[in-house]
Amino acid sequence: MGTLTLDRDEIVRLAALATGDEKHEASSYSTLDALLVLYGHILRVDPEDPAWEQRDRFILSKGHGPAAYYAVLCWRGFFPEHWLPTFTRQGSRLGSHPDRLLVPGVEASTGSLGHGLPLAVGVALALRAKGADQRVVVLTGDAELNEGSNWEAIMLAPQLQLGNLTLLVIDNGSSTIDLVPIHERLAVFGWHAEQVDGRDHAALEAALSARHDQPAAVVATVRTTP
Amino acid sequence: MIAMRGQAIDTVAELFEDDPRVAVVLAEISVDRFNPVFAHDPARAVNVGIMEQTMVGVAAGYALEGFHPVIHTITPFVAERALEQLKLDFGHQQLGVLVITVGGSYDYGSEGPTHHSPGDVQALFTIPATEILVPGAAAEADRLVRATYANGHLTYLRTQLVTNREPRDVEFGRLLVERRGTRATVVAVGPMLDRTLDATAGMDVTVLYATTVSPFDAETLNRELAGDDVIVVEPFYAGTLAGVLSEALGDRPVRLHAVGVPRAMIRDYGTPEQLDHVLGLDGAGIRRQIASAIG
Repeated sequence: MGTLTLDRDEIVRLAALATGDEKHEASSYSTLDALLVLYGHILRVDPEDPAWEQRDRFILSKGHGPAAYYAVLCWRGFFPEHWLPTFTRQGSRLGSHPDRLLVPGVEASTGSLGHGLPLAVGVALALRAKGADQRVVVLTGDAELNEGSNWEAIMLAPQLQLGNLTLLVIDNGSSTIDLVPIHERLAVFGWHAEQVDGRDHAALEAALSARHDQPAAVVATVRTTP
Repeated sequence: MIAMRGQAIDTVAELFEDDPRVAVVLAEISVDRFNPVFAHDPARAVNVGIMEQTMVGVAAGYALEGFHPVIHTITPFVAERALEQLKLDFGHQQLGVLVITVGGSYDYGSEGPTHHSPGDVQALFTIPATEILVPGAAAEADRLVRATYANGHLTYLRTQLVTNREPRDVEFGRLLVERRGTRATVVAVGPMLDRTLDATAGMDVTVLYATTVSPFDAETLNRELAGDDVIVVEPFYAGTLAGVLSEALGDRPVRLHAVGVPRAMIRDYGTPEQLDHVLGLDGAGIRRQIASAIG
């Protein structure tokens, strides 16, 4: 990894193919930059062998609005480009929420908020039980953190010292409950937490590359269209 | 609770030692009883604290990685409180888990409705392809755990305090024939067997014994069908099995009767046996209801 050129325009083009949106709308998707950095520079994955045992695991807990996710998976070659225009149509593999049984590269089927983080804790424990050094990255939204199940797992993960777990919160300011500063709240629970600009690729890469003894949280703030 | 739960846990502990793919995820309940598991390999055993949603999610994480997770707590806290986690983290992901509950129906007789769960099996039926096991004795729980723990399905096994006097040679997915008669067919579920046999003493009826209620053994039911009445004696809300029985019976012109827990919050206290009596589910109550059903 680390050799791919992050072609943001290409991801925007692919995402717009799925949604039919204009490119300036696709460009504003809050998860787009973080997913691009993850799949371009951070995660070890093999599109030829999606179930490769040595892969890093990524769980999109915030399963809705997955166009940027599908675009990045397509860009990496997990499935062909002609799948994208079928997005949400009858007979398509690409629904409004990703299904692991239908889309190569999707680790977990999500859509109901608050499921991904407990799942990721289990995956992190299982990888540790196997003696594996792969990591688990789970992406949630800021409003998704309203769900109490997340806070169960937020309490649990530091106690289990899951250094192989990274929580990536895409904070687009959509939470009715004011959780800001999210990273400080997570730090109180024992996470290694930091806040970065969710459009800044270098900052995202630096934060997401780091491994710590404790579970890591990266709160990526996205407030404006780039 | 001791006999069936204790046996189920002992069996899981044995499987845990023999099979490195077994993982145990607990939510505070029965942690002491699982001591051998934690001692053997703490990497595959975790107590998450009082977090039932997370217990289910963490177990599904193990399952995603190829493990055979086992989870356990008091019935309503997983079957009802964490039902969506069971539905999505296992049903939707198409992953396997063995859920072992303690305190079915109103076993925690003095604790009140917060700890009762006569609706658990009905709730689990809403998740397609769930396997639902209702053993009636410790040795049956042992057999059913071994038969299902690694089969890749969402399997729900409920244990109760009251057990039958003698375990049967139960087999996953099969009804057993306890008695043959001509006037009616009685299906006794799990811990209801002994009292159903007592209740039908001297009646000319067939008695079948069910410990797997999903998938339901339609073949044996139809082969052994006697008379025009089918009476199910179930330890959960009356009518819980009406759907599967109706489907199993197809278009056969029989009358279906359900003898089970009345659909009302239980506001009385006492031992399970005392509540059985109050709710009409002791031998005398069951006999009265069966006699009334078949005239």
